[in-house]
Amino acid sequence: MNDLTESLVELIRRAATDLPADVEAALRTARDREEPGSAAAGALDTILENVTLARAKSTPICQDTGVPIFYVYHPPGTSTRDLREQIEAAVVAATGRAYLRPNAVDPVTGRNSGDNLGVGFPAFHFEEWGEGYLKVDLLLKGGGSENVSAQYKLPHAPLQAGRDLEGVRKVVLDAIYRAQGKGCAPGVLGIAIGADRGTGYVHAKEQLFRPLDDTNPLPELAALEERLLHDCNELAIGPMGFGGKTTVFGVKIGAYHRLPACYFVSISYMCWACRRARMEVRGGEVGFE
Amino acid sequence: MATYDLTIPISEPDIRALHVGDTVNLSGVMTTGRDAAHKYMIENFIRADRVPESEQWLYEELQRILHQGVIYHCGPVVRQDEEGKWQFVAAGPTTSIREEVYQPEVIAHFGMRGVIGKGGMGPNTLRACQEHGAAYFHAMGGAASLIADAVKEVVAVYKKEEFGVPEAFWVIRVEDFPVVVTMDSHGQSIHREVETASKEALTRLLAGT
Repeated sequence: MNDLTESLVELIRRAATDLPADVEAALRTARDREEPGSAAAGALDTILENVTLARAKSTPICQDTGVPIFYVYHPPGTSTRDLREQIEAAVVAATGRAYLRPNAVDPVTGRNSGDNLGVGFPAFHFEEWGEGYLKVDLLLKGGGSENVSAQYKLPHAPLQAGRDLEGVRKVVLDAIYRAQGKGCAPGVLGIAIGADRGTGYVHAKEQLFRPLDDTNPLPELAALEERLLHDCNELAIGPMGFGGKTTVFGVKIGAYHRLPACYFVSISYMCWACRRARMEVRGGEVGFE
Repeated sequence: MATYDLTIPISEPDIRALHVGDTVNLSGVMTTGRDAAHKYMIENFIRADRVPESEQWLYEELQRILHQGVIYHCGPVVRQDEEGKWQFVAAGPTTSIREEVYQPEVIAHFGMRGVIGKGGMGPNTLRACQEHGAAYFHAMGGAASLIADAVKEVVAVYKKEEFGVPEAFWVIRVEDFPVVVTMDSHGQSIHREVETASKEALTRLLAGT
């Protein structure tokens, strides 16, 4: 395999400085729905102006470039150790070029490593798949949205939420109410029902890679996604928590087998700056989307 | 809802004239400061019996900047040019509520006039704004490139090695930094209003109606 470090730097640059087309379009739709002259419309205007400027100047959309989370899908025979080294080298280079803020802090000493490398930092998920090409998905997820993400255990007595999809609906609404504007609303929700506590959040973040306009293949989940999108917006928390019509502009849910004793709902809140990017390598040709 | 241009240092009457919903373009010199900075100020200056000798110079510098001044909850992306001069590349606000446990004392101790951040703060900061003549200015979360354009100069940086780039005190000169007053010195808070209204909606939605 060729050295992919420079291509990976480009993947990081794209993720940090530009938004996926579906996300930007959703923000424009949200802006058009708000009352002209309202604080919510003003917030979305500023957001869109910032996106345009960041793209033109190739500077980060948000200074919190978060934890770079890499989901790597590779064909059989790929050295994941080589890939990991190249990704780490790309992260260091991207930090030097100010596409990423140095974000890796040692919790014992309080020291920032300065180059975004640390124990468990950046985050990697490798998976061998049946396709003949390499796919690298990158999500830059900031701390504000990570802080308002939440995991519930059903049944949840205070909300009278039981072990069914109605219980899931209740705890998600509670999480979005608690988040208010603090996770940089309007947000996108990646939700995992089931799994264990650890992989629940991993799967919840995988859901954030789905295009906003796709339809969940499971009819029950498709209906729940639609219902939650509606209900979350009924909370009227609005852009930045200023009040308004769009609190959430995407809800993506996956169901994963659970233990008989456990029923977790893991909610990964992604800020409006839903910075996902994808790189594919087919026969030495590198492509981005 | 009015629009004001204010220059730091800001007088108390200028702050008292502001109400929630007003737009303000801020100019002048301010400092960034977030989690590590607030903890440091509380431990070394505010709750300490005496300021450690090694920190005295920074204490005096911060007194100069923060008296009638403004602190910005922000951890920027920075770049150093060939001459070693720092530039802000991306500099939107961080979530302010984490400083709720420190902010009232910091406002009172330094005689501050404002805090810039995002997401709003709680009842203790709101009370401090009322008592000491300060306001909470909301900057647009994630509007990092836009706000970096308003930062005209990095005047100094303190505690960069110890706290790291995001957490250091970056002293910056800004021009027309756009913010919205979401907590004023009269006890009003947009964040409290939205939270109350959304709580009512939540109760209704949980009941499934």
